[in-house]
Amino acid sequence: MTKDRWMAVGFLMPSFLLIVIFVYGFIGWTGYVSVSNWNSIVQDLSFAGLKNYIYLFQDYRFQADLRNTLFFTILFIGLIIILGLTLAVLLDKQLKGESIFRNIFFFPMALSFVVTGVVWQWLLNPSTGINNFLQTFGIQPKWYTDTNILAGFQWGKIEFGVPVAIIAVVIAAVWQMTGFALAMYLAGLRGIPEEIREAARIDGASELYIYRKVVIPQLRPITVSVIIIMAHISLKIFDLIYAMTGPGANFVTDVPGVYMFETTFRGNYYANGAAIAIIMLLTVAIFIVPYLWNARRGSS
Amino acid sequence: MATTFSYGRLFKYFILAILAIFFLLPIYVIIVTSLKPLDEVSLDSMWALPSSLDFSSYSLAFAKLAPNFLNSFYLAIPATLLSALLGAMNGYVLSKWKFKGSETLFTFILFGMFIPYQSILIPLIQFLRDIGLYNSIAGLILVHVVYGIPITTLMFRNFYASIPDEMIESAQIDGANFLKVFRHIMLPLSVTGFVVVAIWQFTNIWNEFLFAVTITTNNNQPVMVALQNLSGSQIVQWNVQMAGALIAALPTLIVYIILGKYFVRGLLAGSVKG
Repeated sequence: MTKDRWMAVGFLMPSFLLIVIFVYGFIGWTGYVSVSNWNSIVQDLSFAGLKNYIYLFQDYRFQADLRNTLFFTILFIGLIIILGLTLAVLLDKQLKGESIFRNIFFFPMALSFVVTGVVWQWLLNPSTGINNFLQTFGIQPKWYTDTNILAGFQWGKIEFGVPVAIIAVVIAAVWQMTGFALAMYLAGLRGIPEEIREAARIDGASELYIYRKVVIPQLRPITVSVIIIMAHISLKIFDLIYAMTGPGANFVTDVPGVYMFETTFRGNYYANGAAIAIIMLLTVAIFIVPYLWNARRGSS
Repeated sequence: MATTFSYGRLFKYFILAILAIFFLLPIYVIIVTSLKPLDEVSLDSMWALPSSLDFSSYSLAFAKLAPNFLNSFYLAIPATLLSALLGAMNGYVLSKWKFKGSETLFTFILFGMFIPYQSILIPLIQFLRDIGLYNSIAGLILVHVVYGIPITTLMFRNFYASIPDEMIESAQIDGANFLKVFRHIMLPLSVTGFVVVAIWQFTNIWNEFLFAVTITTNNNQPVMVALQNLSGSQIVQWNVQMAGALIAALPTLIVYIILGKYFVRGLLAGSVKG
């Protein structure tokens, strides 16, 4: 018995050590770099206090990034949930051709954000793409090259509101990730016992009423999971925006992930880059830690 | 009810068809554009079919992407297998050999799945430089194996939880030890688990970009970075780019088409709730 116990520990040990070093150790090291003076190609780990963080929060570009991330996250998650749930409800009841539709809505999940970015860059190009079609209706949006901020007002250095250009990126991201919400909701709907609906039907409830009052409330834990997973994707998003638009004019499509990459690996401002990374980690942790904590308590 | 005609049903199909068209639109445009010669790829004929089939953009894109395409295979296959194996080992212990604190340890490992990789990137690159694996496929393999541990552990833990404990107990009564149970009971029952995890990891590693673009340069870059570079060049040849995008996406698309069922299962298994 004890020998088996030792074997079990031996099985876990490599992974445990790797995680300790590569996740927790490296985060610690990044945290250390973020309070250092290492803002050139030459490593300088002298202590700088919170200088880099203060710099960032006063920085026009970083303020724009936070605004963009906020509106990207809200629009992205909102649309994913609405679309995913709608599609799941439509596909729920053994519709003919269900598997064909399902495959159509799922397949973008198999693609990379880079491919999605490259393709939608072409589709939403202001002088081509979807605009050719929209022109016939007399509208021609500038998509990701638009520098307007909807409902904007000055807040600090930035104009605070929904950047029009972000909407273009949201469209691409929603196209890519709706399949995820759909899969989750479909699994959830199939997990609701038919008897519950049957009972409501016998009581004379309409189908619409059953969805509103019986089915959708039951899907709440799934909605929470979808929000958490999409939030962590959207808070750290990098490749889609990097491939599709880059920071954009006046940073209308910039996000912390892109800023971190450019400032660290193109500009050699390591301490600033580390500070951005730590802020990104903290925003994700706000969502993830309570979620993991609950999941752990629920399972044990 | 299933076969009767109703306006409600018709409405459902109408909505589904519109959304399906929206979802397929990019695929149509990729294919149509990639089959056009450059002079036909103009601003106002984007939706038109090509006047004749021209595969030259494919040969151009392939010539540029082929070495990186191979890199992606050298990267994704070993990284997938190794991370699946580590995940199976961890999942076995964390589902069948639970000990005091093992749930906490699992959560401790799981957190690594959600971190933005930007938060470990600077030390990671320093570390890879120190051990001589910076700018190498081997370095990228190491990175994907390490950061794949949380998700593969989660998937195998959920998978093994569905194997009844009684099977293991009876094997133990027959004298099987920890390793024998793993080799002769768990692994043979794991085929589906390995398929699901392998598809998930292969897709993620193939599609990954941040590690690839920061850890490798030029000849050592995987295909996604090369595709991105293709669009970063001076004159954008949209037909070549679309062909490139399709070539780069093909392996994961094929996996999805053939093994879509397992792909979706992996997607659900990777969402913590399991």
